[in-house]
Amino acid sequence: MLRIMRQIIKVGTITEPLPTADGFEQLGAQLKGKIKQRFQGSLAIRFVDAGSCNGCELEVHAANNAYYDIERFGVSFTPSPRFADMLLVTGPVSINMKTALEMTYEAMPAPKLVLALGDCAANCGVFGQDNYAIAGSVADIIPVDAVVHGCPPTPTAIIQGILQVMDSHHHAG
Amino acid sequence: MTELSNTWFAERMGDHGIHSSYLEDHHPAHMPCLEIRRLDWAHAAEEAKRQAMRLVAIWAVEIVEEDASKQLYTYMALAHKEHRHVLLRTPIHHENPEILSISKHFISACRMERHIQDMFGIQVRNILDARLWIKHEHWPEDAHPLLYDFDGKTPMLSDPNRADIDYEYVPCDSECVYEIPVGPVHAGIIEPGHFRFLAVGEKILNMEERLGYVHKGIEKRMQGRTADEGLKLAGRISGDSTVGHSWAFAQACEYAANITLPKRASYLRGILCERERIANHIGDIGAICNDAGFAFMHMQCARLREDMARLHAEIYHHRLLMDNITLGGVAHDLSVEMREKLIQQTRDIAAEIEHLRAIYADTPSIQERVIGAGIVTTDEAKDIGLLGYVGRASGHSPDERIEEAYAPYDDLDVAIPKGKLGDVSTRMWVRFEEIANASRMVIQCLETLPEGDIQTPWNLPETGVSGFASIESWRGEIVTWVHFGENGIIECYSVRDPSAINWLGLELAVRTVPVPDFPLVNKSFNCSYAGHDL
Ligand code: SF4
Repeated sequence: MLRIMRQIIKVGTITEPLPTADGFEQLGAQLKGKIKQRFQGSLAIRFVDAGSCNGCELEVHAANNAYYDIERFGVSFTPSPRFADMLLVTGPVSINMKTALEMTYEAMPAPKLVLALGDCAANCGVFGQDNYAIAGSVADIIPVDAVVHGCPPTPTAIIQGILQVMDSHHHAG
Repeated sequence: MTELSNTWFAERMGDHGIHSSYLEDHHPAHMPCLEIRRLDWAHAAEEAKRQAMRLVAIWAVEIVEEDASKQLYTYMALAHKEHRHVLLRTPIHHENPEILSISKHFISACRMERHIQDMFGIQVRNILDARLWIKHEHWPEDAHPLLYDFDGKTPMLSDPNRADIDYEYVPCDSECVYEIPVGPVHAGIIEPGHFRFLAVGEKILNMEERLGYVHKGIEKRMQGRTADEGLKLAGRISGDSTVGHSWAFAQACEYAANITLPKRASYLRGILCERERIANHIGDIGAICNDAGFAFMHMQCARLREDMARLHAEIYHHRLLMDNITLGGVAHDLSVEMREKLIQQTRDIAAEIEHLRAIYADTPSIQERVIGAGIVTTDEAKDIGLLGYVGRASGHSPDERIEEAYAPYDDLDVAIPKGKLGDVSTRMWVRFEEIANASRMVIQCLETLPEGDIQTPWNLPETGVSGFASIESWRGEIVTWVHFGENGIIECYSVRDPSAINWLGLELAVRTVPVPDFPLVNKSFNCSYAGHDL
């Protein structure tokens, strides 16, 4: 136990202040404000891999590590779509995942925010739309509020994408 | 390369009256491809089993011959500890496409044979399990996407008549047994797949996997592409093994094109591959501990992994090291200053991991969860042919860095941990050891990096040649086979991720494990869904 404490103290707090470039800090504050206002301080995200190569998952995990600490904005990942305010989808939508993605979306309560994460989610990426096994990009299957490009997007881009969904006027009010 | 062909297995088969002919258009010569008669197919597998070979992969292709006729073949790749790989192939009749199953001799063949049935409509006779696999029930019945004439460019529509047909899971009539369906969408941030549990009280009686949800038609997608385009796709078969898959693909193409890498380039590949191994093991160790409620390790490991990703972004322009391998070389050379940074970080991280390992070993709450959990015995591991750290933890340790000893590993001191107990704790131990060994090799490569080019100019493979390669990725052996048509265009392609075999081990490991321990055992395997489903 002592050793664990010592290690924790030695490493200290590594969570970084938001990068100041490109007005990120303001956006971060805005996000926190928006989450507070619209979701009483807590935004629950349900994650669905609709056919990714798992590269995007690694970066979603990274957004949770102590450096980025996405939870400090009030963002948490929930195991059930029933409590989810936002759906975070990676990968092109494979024909074998299409139904599961639709069902997950259906199971969510309003406002059903959707973020399509990564080049594949945006436009099927290297796997292509002209592919027998791909049903389409995420927006071809369910309504999408914002898209983040990148293969995979960096954790910073993921956080920016979540801000973007919060900012989208699609579900205003 | 004017190597002599390896005739060992041809002679063994000859002893049993199986005639084989050596195919010169299959490279490299030390991993020969032998054509045998169709009626000898299962017999050859039986002989391989007798020779203590392991099954590497089994796949099918449809090749357009010189006279424009189409020919179906099935291939089988086998490996022997000393005599290395051998490929067997046999022609399949178009009118009556069938082959005898080899799953009686090699249980891991079964799912790959089901893949062949789904993708080509070839009937595998006497197969132990004839259910659909990658082809889910809603696919049109006559869809066999890897047949040459199948339209791979139009998204397939679900067949409304088949949408309701459900997969037949292993049933149980007993009143005390209940069924738990899980997935395809899982609770955490992980890939999709379905698990069907039969449980008695808290204990798992049987767990069945149903995969294929992230099938993206990768094998079909490769057809008609240049090797360069193919390489980019190969790097996205399983994002966490991007280096391993790119290397295996590039190596298969390089064999086909008869080019060898400058020494410096192979060292640089070794550094990439071993750094990928370290990063993934660190991430997994944290995640395994987290699944047993030891969040401290998870936070620490995630921090170290992030440190690696950041240095990768700086030096290799990609946090996960994608697109760093080129045909004939690597994309980025290392300056002296970069080498210093990499050496320093590799050393620091290895030391930090040793420190965390001591804490992990001294924490009874985690030790009680991992010791004895999710066991795969040595016999079972050998039977299935488990690969990578999963195999090593159960006393079955094929390692291509030692057996195939491709560059740069022929210059390095490769040491592999050999466990025996096959539980979560041993898989953890193997991962810790592998981090230490990989770190040592990274530093050795960086300190003894040969001078010279990082790239051999790429030249197009001749029409009709094939290349086969086997690379020890962090998860275990990846094999890739590429066949080229005119103008260096890929005509057929096959890849086998280690997960295609290791998923079977998980089914065995969780029998009699309490249901709540499943995530822990599953994480200790961490098989790739994407790599399996293709
Ligand atoms: S965007 Fe890139 S990293 Fe993400 S799923 Fe697609 S190929 Fe993988």
